[in-house]
Amino acid sequence: MVRSTTFAVVALLVGALVFAAARFIHNDYIFFAGYVVLQFVVLATAWNILGGYCGYVNFGSAAFFALGAYSTVALHKAFQLPVPVLILIGGLVSGIVGLGMGYLTLRLRGAFFAIATLALAVVLQTLVINWDYVGGSRGAYIIRPASIPVIGSYIQYLFLIMLALAVVAITTARAIERSRLGFGFATIRDDELAAEASGVPTLRLKLIATTISGALMGMAGAPFPYYIGYLEPASAFGLAYAVNSIAMPMIGGTTSWVGPLIGSVLLGTLQQIATVTISSAVNLLIVGVLLVGFVIIAPNGIVGLIQERWRTRQK
Amino acid sequence: MSLSVDLLANAVVAGLLLGGFYVAVTIGVSISFGILDIVNIAHPAFIILGSYIAYLFNSSLGLDPILVSVIMLPVFYALGAIIYQIYYLSFERRGQEALRGLAFFFGLLFITEVGLILVFGVDYRYVEAAYIGPTLHFGLIDLPLRMLVPCLLSLLLFVVLELFLSKTFTGRAIMAVAQDQLALRLMAVGPTSIKRIAFGISIATAAVAGALLIVIQPVEPSVGREYIGRVFAICVLGGLGSLPGMVIAAMLLGVVESLTATFYGPSWAPAVSFGVLLLTLAVRPAGLMGR
Repeated sequence: MVRSTTFAVVALLVGALVFAAARFIHNDYIFFAGYVVLQFVVLATAWNILGGYCGYVNFGSAAFFALGAYSTVALHKAFQLPVPVLILIGGLVSGIVGLGMGYLTLRLRGAFFAIATLALAVVLQTLVINWDYVGGSRGAYIIRPASIPVIGSYIQYLFLIMLALAVVAITTARAIERSRLGFGFATIRDDELAAEASGVPTLRLKLIATTISGALMGMAGAPFPYYIGYLEPASAFGLAYAVNSIAMPMIGGTTSWVGPLIGSVLLGTLQQIATVTISSAVNLLIVGVLLVGFVIIAPNGIVGLIQERWRTRQK
Repeated sequence: MSLSVDLLANAVVAGLLLGGFYVAVTIGVSISFGILDIVNIAHPAFIILGSYIAYLFNSSLGLDPILVSVIMLPVFYALGAIIYQIYYLSFERRGQEALRGLAFFFGLLFITEVGLILVFGVDYRYVEAAYIGPTLHFGLIDLPLRMLVPCLLSLLLFVVLELFLSKTFTGRAIMAVAQDQLALRLMAVGPTSIKRIAFGISIATAAVAGALLIVIQPVEPSVGREYIGRVFAICVLGGLGSLPGMVIAAMLLGVVESLTATFYGPSWAPAVSFGVLLLTLAVRPAGLMGR
């Protein structure tokens, strides 16, 4: 098995290759579209740390994402901070909210946590709408600088940051998978009662997973105001984030880091194409139908389908 | 001072009327989530579907929205039975309801909402009926018929379902399915078919709740999302599996929301249910009248 440090180096190299290829094409649209896809890579991977590894469903991806985005807006108005710092702060805020919510609801059955995350999105949206400082329901403008030293175009800079974030998320997910932590998560997913009885500190593990997952989602959201330029509650809390971050791992496969990556690149690219060629409502419908279809017909996602074929061929 | 007493009394009455309406919205989830242990988060989406069907028949044929919902009961029942059958075959039988079953309902919620947006757009739709305009006055208290009729009908729905669940054989079998499936089998009743009936009923209530909703307020496809937190907050606060507890919780939430809206502004009302939900889960997860 490849060690985590080696994996990180390989992931970085792949990331560098992607960036080089995107620069080679030399079309800003590639960066705009690529940013969104990478953002979904981070969201899907983050969701999977709790959903796929522990088996706890988080419907509030949009809430965590928006928390990151709105911490950026709030801080942007007060101080001028570089984007990487904002990402760390966004991650911190979302992580703390995840921890707090998890603490209140994770001691109970999984369904309660899922319901609470669904409600969290509605409530945070209410808070933001009523909070004039970050623009309220009118939204807030963030002026994106035209360029940045060394890299040049600002969108390339944002793309690079999101790429780095995707590498961090995937490396984290893979490291968790192969660690004691990951095995602990798997015991919770397979049989929580038995795990608890065998001395696995299930609550603590679930809280760790929720915090990491929430923090990564917040980090994905933090640069978003710079990308979009004008942030309003409806776009930050968009259902698209919630449904995509569930659908992508489910369609790709939830048991390993590969699944969310495959799912998000595939679905993300498909949606970028569909948004341009058809309409954004239709492409959300496609995601919903794919999600339902996959959970019914192929519960282990694309990775599961490939593994199945592999096994039948070997026989 | 008399003005603020006036305001307070009217806010409480409005809250009770609203709470009465919440009973109809929640009763389906009380059955599916509280009794059958099926976390149907798509329920509010079916309610909105019910609203749009009421709107469709009201605007084209001039039919009374509530009458339409009664006519639609068998259709919604069948829809529920089909959904349960899929759910049972794909998830419950394989023991995968926790993760994939939830994702399935989330997908249904999503498909319904986006489907409605594609068909009807995001404009607010409303219905017309004789009882939507007038208001009854009792001294200081105003009773708008627009709220009173849904409240009374929804309480009627509760009484009918409560009688059904406690007096009839099928109803008792539904209550039993949550408690002891083996005992049910020994009575020669298949748990799956009982659950299918119960889930069908729970979705059928969405037709009525939807019609009541569009009587109370104009509806657009994403309105359902506000009800997710509300419905589950009421369900949990009342105590899972207890319909009377649910009614008390619905009234309570209605009053608290109405007071919040009156004294802090309506834009804060959605936050109330979440606070109630978190507080209940943290302090008394069994709810008011839980087992």
